Amino acid sequence: MRVNLTRIIIFGFIFFCLSIFWLGLKKDQTYDTRNLIGNKINEFNIPSLDETNSFSEQYFLNNKFTIVNFFASWCAPCRDEHKYLVELSKNGAHIVGVSFKDKKSNTLDFLNQLGNPYKFIAADNDGKASISFGIYGIPESIIINSESVVVKKIIGPINQEIFKEILNIIK
Amino acid sequence: MKSKIIFFILAFFIFSSIHANENIKVNDIFKNLRCLVCQGQSIADSNSDFASTVKLVVEDQIKQGKSEKEIYSFLISKYGEWIVYKPSFDTKNFFLWILPYLVLVSGGIILYVLLRKKPKL
Repeated sequence: MRVNLTRIIIFGFIFFCLSIFWLGLKKDQTYDTRNLIGNKINEFNIPSLDETNSFSEQYFLNNKFTIVNFFASWCAPCRDEHKYLVELSKNGAHIVGVSFKDKKSNTLDFLNQLGNPYKFIAADNDGKASISFGIYGIPESIIINSESVVVKKIIGPINQEIFKEILNIIK
Repeated sequence: MKSKIIFFILAFFIFSSIHANENIKVNDIFKNLRCLVCQGQSIADSNSDFASTVKLVVEDQIKQGKSEKEIYSFLISKYGEWIVYKPSFDTKNFFLWILPYLVLVSGGIILYVLLRKKPKL
């Protein structure tokens, strides 16, 4: 009887380990932060591109939703998504652009070339402010409500499908 | 003169030791942070753009007098628990922390039961 119990324990343990390995292999290992919604974005201060003003959490109070878009002139996917940002702006979206580790002249050239969808442009020259927004690559866009709470995170470029989702949120 | 030399040598060693401890602490924090854009590398090991930025932020926070725990909770609030290699000990991770000890004790019990049954030669 005792031997049987020992066998059950051993086989149970082996079965448990194998189940864990199997579940581990099946799990998608690609991690991103798109599910990290509901967090408050605060304690940040990013100077404007023209260095006359700054972007802080106070800014969110004035709008129902603010889209914060991290972009750079050297980022190819940022060019791809830009047309959607321009379109969102035409549809009444309040978009703040954060120029990420980029030269001011290059940022201005980029916007002259592709259009300026931003109500405010901030410049995160050393990238440190991006950490307050949980950014780990650009382009990334975050929809934040008037209480500074993250409503949606878009990792990578905005496409047609995401564009529609954003419109549904901000309307 | 002799006492002055001894004083300077002592001051130098104390300063170096404090500075070395600070560096060790910073490096320990970097080692416990996962580089989200690299394959299996910590922030300490990586030279990626993301890792360099996180290093700057951690150094800033240490200068501001923030504790190791505060730095981790700030980064966890922004990137999720995945950013730290060592998960926090809370109700959610309780099983994760307790499992190795549970396995050790169960293994010990199984071995004890099996060995006790062996006939003496």
